[in-house]
Amino acid sequence: MGKVFNESVFKDIEEAQREWEAKFDQLCERAPERLKRFITVSNREIKRIYTPLDVKDLDYGRDLGFPGEYPYTRGVQTSMYRGRLWTMRMFAGLGTAKDTNRRFHLLVRAGQTGLSVAFDMPTLMGYDSDSPKAKGEIGRCGVAIDTVKDMEELFDGLPVDRLTTSMTINPPASVIWAMYIAAAENRGIPRHLLGGTIQNDMLKEFIAQKTFMLPPVPSVKLIIDTVEFGTRQVPKWNTISISGYHIREAGSTAVQELAFTLADGIAYTEAAIERGLDVDEFAPRFSFFFNSHIDFFEEIAKFRAARRMWAKIMKDRFKAKNPRSWWLRFHTQTAGCSLTAQQPYNNIVRTALEALAAVLGGTQSLHTNSLDEVLALPTEEAATIALRTQQIIGEESGVANTIDPLGGSYFVEALTNQMEEEAFEIIRKIDEMGGMLGAIEKHYPQQEIADSAYRYQLQIDSGERTLVGVNKYVTEEEIPVEILEIDDALEKLQVEKLHRIKEERDQAKVRESLERVGEACEKGLNVMEPVIEAVKNYCTLQEVCDVYRKVYGTYRDPGIF
Amino acid sequence: MTDSTREIVKKVLEGDIRTVARLIRDIDDNMPGIRDVLKALYPHTGKAYVIGITGAPGVGKSTLVDQMIKHLRQKGYTVGVLAVDPTSPFTGGAILGDRVRMQRHSMDKGVFIRSMATRGQFGGITQATRSAIDVLDAMGKDIILVETVGVGQDEVDIVKTAHTTIVVVIPGMGDDIQAIKAGILEVGDIFVINKADRDGADRTLMDLRMMLEMETDRERRDEWAPPILKVQAVFDIGVEELLETIERHRSYIIERYGDLKLRSDPKRVKESLIQMLKDRLFETFLERISKSGELERRVDEISKGILDPYSACDILLKEHVV
Amino acid sequence: MAERRIRVMVAKPGLDGHDRGARVIARAFRDAGFEVVYTGLHQTPEEIVEAAIQEDVDMIGLSSLAGAHRFLFPRLMELLKEKGVEDIVVCGGGIIPKDDIPKLKEMGIKEIFTPGTPLNQIVEWVKENVKPRGSG
Repeated sequence: MGKVFNESVFKDIEEAQREWEAKFDQLCERAPERLKRFITVSNREIKRIYTPLDVKDLDYGRDLGFPGEYPYTRGVQTSMYRGRLWTMRMFAGLGTAKDTNRRFHLLVRAGQTGLSVAFDMPTLMGYDSDSPKAKGEIGRCGVAIDTVKDMEELFDGLPVDRLTTSMTINPPASVIWAMYIAAAENRGIPRHLLGGTIQNDMLKEFIAQKTFMLPPVPSVKLIIDTVEFGTRQVPKWNTISISGYHIREAGSTAVQELAFTLADGIAYTEAAIERGLDVDEFAPRFSFFFNSHIDFFEEIAKFRAARRMWAKIMKDRFKAKNPRSWWLRFHTQTAGCSLTAQQPYNNIVRTALEALAAVLGGTQSLHTNSLDEVLALPTEEAATIALRTQQIIGEESGVANTIDPLGGSYFVEALTNQMEEEAFEIIRKIDEMGGMLGAIEKHYPQQEIADSAYRYQLQIDSGERTLVGVNKYVTEEEIPVEILEIDDALEKLQVEKLHRIKEERDQAKVRESLERVGEACEKGLNVMEPVIEAVKNYCTLQEVCDVYRKVYGTYRDPGIF
Repeated sequence: MTDSTREIVKKVLEGDIRTVARLIRDIDDNMPGIRDVLKALYPHTGKAYVIGITGAPGVGKSTLVDQMIKHLRQKGYTVGVLAVDPTSPFTGGAILGDRVRMQRHSMDKGVFIRSMATRGQFGGITQATRSAIDVLDAMGKDIILVETVGVGQDEVDIVKTAHTTIVVVIPGMGDDIQAIKAGILEVGDIFVINKADRDGADRTLMDLRMMLEMETDRERRDEWAPPILKVQAVFDIGVEELLETIERHRSYIIERYGDLKLRSDPKRVKESLIQMLKDRLFETFLERISKSGELERRVDEISKGILDPYSACDILLKEHVV
Repeated sequence: MAERRIRVMVAKPGLDGHDRGARVIARAFRDAGFEVVYTGLHQTPEEIVEAAIQEDVDMIGLSSLAGAHRFLFPRLMELLKEKGVEDIVVCGGGIIPKDDIPKLKEMGIKEIFTPGTPLNQIVEWVKENVKPRGSG
């Protein structure tokens, strides 16, 4: 297809641009530009104007291609949103399984097409509700799951063979997924019909979110167990959602998010190949999860660069042949860290802009944050506004009428190229450290993120960066926002339920099946079948995780500043 | 001795955690009255076994210390830990993060962990840490672990007060090994190659062995050739062997010096007395010229070109010391 | 020369690992000239109080983003009292609903910093409200 611009045009443009810049400079002498530096939220300096000179080398076939075609810069699917809008997937979870089940039914009635489960902290860390560590945290920021019984209640009455379910779970992902499979099978739904995603990305936990249980190496081992099991038995399931979201929330820049996430993807791919899997068997089931922050164009460029980079990595580095392996499919969540507690209704606008960037960046699914998320768990009303935001973008605004409408923009293409180049440079550095596991051990990503986060905060404090309602346009009056309260009594309820199950189950079976899990761990075998059997026998989440901890040891915060 | 001094001494000897914690703070802040307390505590010190752990940042010293605590506790010893981190030269503040890796022992009554910043702008770091060791000793801790970042002379001085000094390195730090040669090689009684599962561990072992053999202090080397151990602190591999090696070194000291009281070794006594004198002299002197305004006056003169720094020293010293 | 430094502890009680705020504030404290002891993640109130005593800190800064403040903050205040170290100033920060703030202050937590509070404002508050022991 060749170059977009003919060499011959550059000379004239160069000359004209020089003149224009001179005129601009002259103007500035009288009235300087309104800011000293025009920077993105990631501290990237942006030029006055972008022209063909910034993308001289742009080659349509090589750099962009058509949607559904390599290198997928313009989208992974051929028809993109002309065929079907993105999946509007709202993350929800609170209190007990029954409470969350009620919220799920409400969301499905409101038109949501996929479910997304938030778990409470004890569940996320692999502790049961009766653990001393769980005290005060049960059902607080998500749903509490101790046994397969809770999982059954969570999806009661919901068509899990038709809906897709996304579960944000990491260290105990293998156990929670086993519970989901077991609950479905107990209802007579075979595992091969199940579709959905488990986040199951531990590397970003060590880097950013800090929900960890086992050391890095066994953590990756368990992940590859699920990848292997999914490839063979649950083919519609995305066994890993390689996540940049949390890296960004921890304070990274857009390029760091991009680079660290793809480097994580490389590490998982290498580990799965080492396990003996063929890249084209499992890579098509890898999915990604990005943040959509407030800096509109930089985010769009990030999504486009991510697709192109992953396609190159898969094709060139891992020699994948199946085009599906080249696809970077991703879920997006708007940036929780961009929301403010001050003037919370402004958050609706921020989220709308961020959602728009995700859509223009070609996301496959999207969660929009509720305006009150920075204050507490979202109320139903706030969650509905957030969902409506997506519906308005998708069905009123017309932005989904054509595919990649910003493709060819000098600015967006230049930014896309620049971010790709910078991210590949970071990935090169990580490769030199022995890949992401080596880099984590050297605290490289942790340190980089800590530095970016601190710089960002200092820029806000100094007023170099504006946050409306926080350091500019501050108002005194309080805008009352309704806050969702979690009933403190639920702790007791959940613990009582767990104790009842522990009493009633077949103790011999529990012991036996936990032993089998331990055996699989010690012998380095795939744990999934033994774990499914264990949870069917009502082994609790923590009981299985304790077996993991005993065999593999635990990981503690290295405390990097 | 004042009543309050007597009370503090009594409580330290009883092992009262809060009193010890506050006293170390007072030592760190160089508060008036601490010398009386330290004098009174001195007869009660000399019982603890002091182990220095030093090495460059990132070699896993804290993780190693954490595992050592675990093993020492299993053997029934009580443990005191001083974790020294550098003070920011720009702001005077410090983030003391070593504790993070040892925090699992915080509920153990037999373990006392204290983070200290190097501070040191008045040269007092060595003395503060040394005094803190005495306090932990007096409170009855069997074993005291002192963790320092082995980069400066101060840190080397601290480990000189230890019975056994462990130098920690990691594979693939070729240049850094060269760098530590100058200061720390001589003080190391045991060398630990941590993260020994990494590539290059054998190479590091060979490099270290060679450097140690080239060492000049043959007399010391003939008696105690510093062992080099491969350890993976994170996985608790090699830590038990390390403790056994420390035990061997302890027997060696007893054999060599008759007992563990390093203070009965005139060479060590002299060294630490000189150090203490240096600190005190300097501190007194600096305080005097700061308070009188002379320091600022001379600084002003030098910066205006009226005086050169050499003459300024002569003048200040002549007036107050010589 | 005698010189009191402010010593503070930055602590993360509970299971939530969102430590961006804790780490940023720790750096800001360091840059303000304080000595900052960090406890690391996933701490119980018991562990935090014990560490605070051993470290003789003047203040404990607690960070909570996942609702744990309702049980863990009060528990910590209880323990300080039990151990007789209620002179240690405690403040908190993170996602803490407004309605909870008066209750927390009632039990002795001196200040709660909600999201968006500038770092220098927190640092100034500490300088104003936390006096190193024995310095007046």
